[in-house]
Amino acid sequence: MGETVTRSSKEITGGVHTPRQHDSAHKHVTGAAEYIDDMVEPAGTLHAYLGLSERANAVVKSMDLEAVRNAPGVVGVLTAADVPGENDLSPTHRHDEPVLADGQSAFYGQPIFAVIAETREQARRAATLARVDYEDRPHHTDVVSAMEAGYPHVTDPLQLSNGDAESALSSATNRLSGEMRIGGQDHFYLEGHIAMAIPGEDDEVTVFSSTQHPSEIQHMVAQALGTVSNAVTVHTRRMGGGFGGKETQGNQFAAVAAIAAKRWNRAVKIRPDRDDDMIATGKRHDFHVAYDVAYDDDGRIEALDAVFAARCGFSSDLSGPVTDRALFHCDNCYFLPNVRLRSRPMKTDTVSNTAFRGFGGPQGKIGGERVIEEIAYALGKDPLEVRKANFYGIGERNVTPYHQVVEDNIIHRIVEELEESSDYQARRQSVLDHNAKGGVLRKGISLTPVKFGISFTATWFNQAGALVHIYQDGSIHLNHGGTEMGQGLNTKVAQVVADEFQVDIETIRITATNTGKVPNTSATAASSGSDLNGMAAANACEQIKTRLVAYASEHFGVPQEQVTFVPNHVQVGNQLIPFHELVRQAYTHRVQLSAAGFYKTPKIHWNRETGQGRPFFYYAYGASVSEVTIDTLTGEYHVDRVDILQDVGKSLNPAIDLGQVQGAFVQGMGWLTTEELWWDGNGRLRTHAPSTYKIPLASDKPKEFNVELANWSTNKERTIRRSKAVGEPPFMLANSVLEALSMAVASVADYRECPRLDAPATPERILMAVERLKQG
Amino acid sequence: MPDAVRHELRFILNSEVVHLNDVAPTLTLLDYLRLQKRLTGTKEGCAEGDCGACTVLVGRLGPKGLVYETVNACIRFVGSLDACHVVTVEHLADLNGNLHPIQQAMVDFHGSQCGFCTPGIVMSLYGLWLETPNADAARVEKTLQGNLCRCTGYDAILNAAEAMAGSDNSGDKLVVTHEAITQKLSELRDGSRVEIDTPSGKTIVPGSVDDLAEILEAYPKATVVAGSTDVGLWVTKHMHDIAPAVFIGNLVELQTISEDESGITLGAGVTYTDAFDAISRGIPTMGDLWDRIGGEQVRNMGTVGGNIANGSPIGDTPPPLIALGAELTLQKGATTRTIALEDFFIDYGKQDRAPGEFVRSVFIPKLPAGDTFAVYKISKRRDEDISAVCGAFRARLADDGTVEDARIAFGGMAATPKRAKAVEQALVGNAWNEATVDQAMAAFEQDFTPLTDWRASAEYRMLSTKNLLKRFYLETQGQAVQVVRHEKSLAEV
Ligand SMILES: Cc1cc2nc3c(=O)[nH]c(=O)nc-3n(C[C@@H](O)[C@@H](O)[C@H](O)COP(=O)(O)OP(=O)(O)OC[C@H]3O[C@@H](n4cnc5c(N)ncnc54)[C@H](O)[C@@H]3O)c2cc1C
Ligand code: FES
Ligand code: FES
Repeated sequence: MGETVTRSSKEITGGVHTPRQHDSAHKHVTGAAEYIDDMVEPAGTLHAYLGLSERANAVVKSMDLEAVRNAPGVVGVLTAADVPGENDLSPTHRHDEPVLADGQSAFYGQPIFAVIAETREQARRAATLARVDYEDRPHHTDVVSAMEAGYPHVTDPLQLSNGDAESALSSATNRLSGEMRIGGQDHFYLEGHIAMAIPGEDDEVTVFSSTQHPSEIQHMVAQALGTVSNAVTVHTRRMGGGFGGKETQGNQFAAVAAIAAKRWNRAVKIRPDRDDDMIATGKRHDFHVAYDVAYDDDGRIEALDAVFAARCGFSSDLSGPVTDRALFHCDNCYFLPNVRLRSRPMKTDTVSNTAFRGFGGPQGKIGGERVIEEIAYALGKDPLEVRKANFYGIGERNVTPYHQVVEDNIIHRIVEELEESSDYQARRQSVLDHNAKGGVLRKGISLTPVKFGISFTATWFNQAGALVHIYQDGSIHLNHGGTEMGQGLNTKVAQVVADEFQVDIETIRITATNTGKVPNTSATAASSGSDLNGMAAANACEQIKTRLVAYASEHFGVPQEQVTFVPNHVQVGNQLIPFHELVRQAYTHRVQLSAAGFYKTPKIHWNRETGQGRPFFYYAYGASVSEVTIDTLTGEYHVDRVDILQDVGKSLNPAIDLGQVQGAFVQGMGWLTTEELWWDGNGRLRTHAPSTYKIPLASDKPKEFNVELANWSTNKERTIRRSKAVGEPPFMLANSVLEALSMAVASVADYRECPRLDAPATPERILMAVERLKQG
Repeated sequence: MPDAVRHELRFILNSEVVHLNDVAPTLTLLDYLRLQKRLTGTKEGCAEGDCGACTVLVGRLGPKGLVYETVNACIRFVGSLDACHVVTVEHLADLNGNLHPIQQAMVDFHGSQCGFCTPGIVMSLYGLWLETPNADAARVEKTLQGNLCRCTGYDAILNAAEAMAGSDNSGDKLVVTHEAITQKLSELRDGSRVEIDTPSGKTIVPGSVDDLAEILEAYPKATVVAGSTDVGLWVTKHMHDIAPAVFIGNLVELQTISEDESGITLGAGVTYTDAFDAISRGIPTMGDLWDRIGGEQVRNMGTVGGNIANGSPIGDTPPPLIALGAELTLQKGATTRTIALEDFFIDYGKQDRAPGEFVRSVFIPKLPAGDTFAVYKISKRRDEDISAVCGAFRARLADDGTVEDARIAFGGMAATPKRAKAVEQALVGNAWNEATVDQAMAAFEQDFTPLTDWRASAEYRMLSTKNLLKRFYLETQGQAVQVVRHEKSLAEV
């Protein structure tokens, strides 16, 4: 790292489209990669811990914090009254999410005070000593019961429509309706939330935060402190996983740390334990989907009317865009000629749900796939046949429910190739043959496609900045607004910069995301990280290159076209100058060797009022085939084989992209199988640690796991090196696992009936579905 | 009093011998490493033994000499480390910063994404490679049962492990230093009692079993800590005070396994890992159950004695041991007594153990020739999960095909591990066929009234419990009715 020597002039290391290792891989495996809790603490660092409420819905009549204050090591306590600025963290500025709850408990586990002590252990112990007096109110943690109780929406619902769903339904060839429940999901990033704030002079504070969104942390901290953004600097080197869970949910911790740091003028660190992290921070939204569909005898959908209701929790957080995205994605790859889709972002007395990989898209899709499955069972067809009958066409049947035209459709080829390479048809037949023999163990197989729209639906978020410096010795400092959470964003952006300057990637030092370097950034989310930041960095490089070219052209007296960047050198006419040499010379000739790059996604627009626009720059496609075995006596199951073909455009880094696809699939599989959130009668979440909340293990990975990138694909749009986003789309490849399980269940009633298997399909749900079907 | 009392704890940390005279009973190895030694490569992901981010190796002088095993530093107490060798991820790369082959393989195969699980995974794979350098996929997966990774989907990690398989470990640092470390640890293990007074109470490491008996008579309210896979969580999750704490993990006398014609006797301090061979060889299906208790780190620390003494209704060893007719030997002072294991469990949270009394051993009678036995565990996730139900079945058929004797015990179905006596009765004397089984299945409703909780609903517990009898029956008829991930090699069957 940081060496200035030029190497081979043949080809640079770490250029684009190469399977470069993650830039921190070496540090990961040695334990030297620094996460916030590993940093050297400033002398006198204090530790904060949150006190959580113990009621799902109650008035907090009084809080006796004497014992907390008097506990060993305690320096002080913060309550809502101690928030110097605004006691609000709402990312959409709805003023519905306090830093510390004020007089009310809106969910079981809501932070109601914070205690600051000399050590974390002391703070943690002290936090248990509060005596709180509540006046209980009825609570509703479940989305259906909240709807029945007439609970409000936390934000405005959305309606999308095209054609005339109502009349098409009433004149349906065939018609069916049903409902589905889809569970939520905890992010279970391995590194929990953490923040450390260091007070500065005047109103300044520096916050180290494990966040996907440093700019928002900056704004929230400033707001809570009652100051302005320029007083707050946020620094994020890396996260130990984010998955959406650190898009807004870090705000609370950063704000508490910053308030305490300013109040006591000492560094303050806050790190909840795993239970509190899972209890007090939001998750993927659980959904209830009600559908009414008309279809012809080939299974082609004539009309769909569906309502997607989500458990949003007590506040809006990102529930608006999440529920919007559910609607945007329930069409998946299928043309819906007459359609009406409605979202219901329901308030519930639970933690406020938030972003999670796919951002409502997965729930939308799995709801849509249920409709396909229902049609297939009703007609006695292979669901794949029904899928194909409904695929968006090329040049026809290609308008989405939000009136964007699907222009880059490659799902036909993806599915065709996968069907072939996975030997789907023959394997489906042998599954049917196996099941026909009866017996306890049943098999299922399913092929499901994915089309996922790329861009933030809030159009203004689709912008990014980068900062590139070349120092006199030719070493390059790279900074951009995206955050590294394991997805390899920094590696990819460094590859882009290496490619731009044609220097070995070792020449480039990747530096921590910092609001002082690149301002007004968007969250690293919506799979947009490398699309946006890669482009912004390329833009910065171009600016510097333009200056270098102008300089070289003038200095050496050659036309600009004859100045080119070749591996680790600059070709100036017939002279080959080492890159660092040219840089040194340019410096002495007072050429500016630093640039701020900027990018905004073109073409996109969206009008939420009319429900029309082009919210997505492009789509990423993929498909998977899953084969499973279930035990009809216990509901236990096993994923025998999975084949995947994923479109990532022209991959910036095939090794990283492959890892994203595999990881996303397994995470999606966890969501649909063993990961269950369970609230008790008091509205208390009881699955809040790995002992009770079960994410997939190595031994849950599909036994045979064949993952391919569609290497022929390229982005039709001008994205960074024609690549496509990869973070979220493959998450939904796991849909085929749920449907394969469902097929295995259906076999006990000879596939006459759609099992209507809800998610997560725990062994219990499988067995209960088997029983239901057996009982007929 | 024992011959000698020492007031400091001594162990080796990587290459350094440490002497500690202020070890609070609740001080975890993870906090010690991260906060006191600033060895921050070892991570905290959960502080409850379930994620493996804190995995380190502990070398101990067990019955088989010096062995290095992966453990969860988050729930391992420093008090239990006297005369042990703690190896953290910082010990792996050489002094020039060259990566250990395991680390290199993880880099080469893109085995890390966010990197937070990675040091723990590296340590688990390292532990495996030291023990079984040519591990197959099934073995690797078993090794990683206690390591969660949320990013990678595991494929890349398994590829890294596969690439390591078969490579020579004889030049490895811990292999090379094996003798010297053995020597050093033997010196550190001087047979004296360690007793350390701290502001938060006493940390005691008995010098021998006699010494333990003496200590417990003196401190009848002391907390006995064996593998700390239960006690660790009382501290890290519930912040309980456990002082005075008596750490018995060092007592090799409690780690004996003896086998004879009548059966197997396990000392109370035998870990799951150490018990595996005897248990899996002697009793059908027990190896499969064993492999699904916790993850490798938990099995390396946790003991059968602790599983019993803990008295949990969802512990996995009591149901099969009760079905097998196991007996428990307890000791108080110099007096021992032996009871039927099923009588040990009186009620929820209540066991037949007097203050100052400790579990000495458990005797598992040999399965009589002709008896059929099976134990089944049902959990939401197959591996490293607590049972929703765990049921064990033993049946003996008479020559006329009727059931002569039946013994069935379940965990997860009542406030204690409990026998299904109504079901047993419904079977005995009847022909061993589907009709008998169907009618006996209903009798579970007389035996059990299970609860609904986050692991399973009452209905599911009852239904799957009934169906497990069906499974047992079908298996006696030679049918394969369970999902299997890895076909067993012939040697294992
Ligand atoms: C991640 C994880 C996964 C787990 N998974 C499973 C599982 O799948 N199935 C399962 O059954 N269990 C599981 N457990 C719990 C299991 O590991 C423990 O029950 C273990 O067997 C207890 O043994 P120990 O040596 O760790 O006991 P400790 O935690 O040291 O002690 C447990 C209790 O027993 C007492 N005790 C210990 N030894 C003696 C003795 N000789 N005399 C008197 N009292 C004694 C202690 O005082 C304490 O009350 C899991 C635990 C963890 C952390
Ligand atoms: S921190 Fe999770 S097992 Fe120790
Ligand atoms: S690499 Fe992130 S948890 Fe494993």
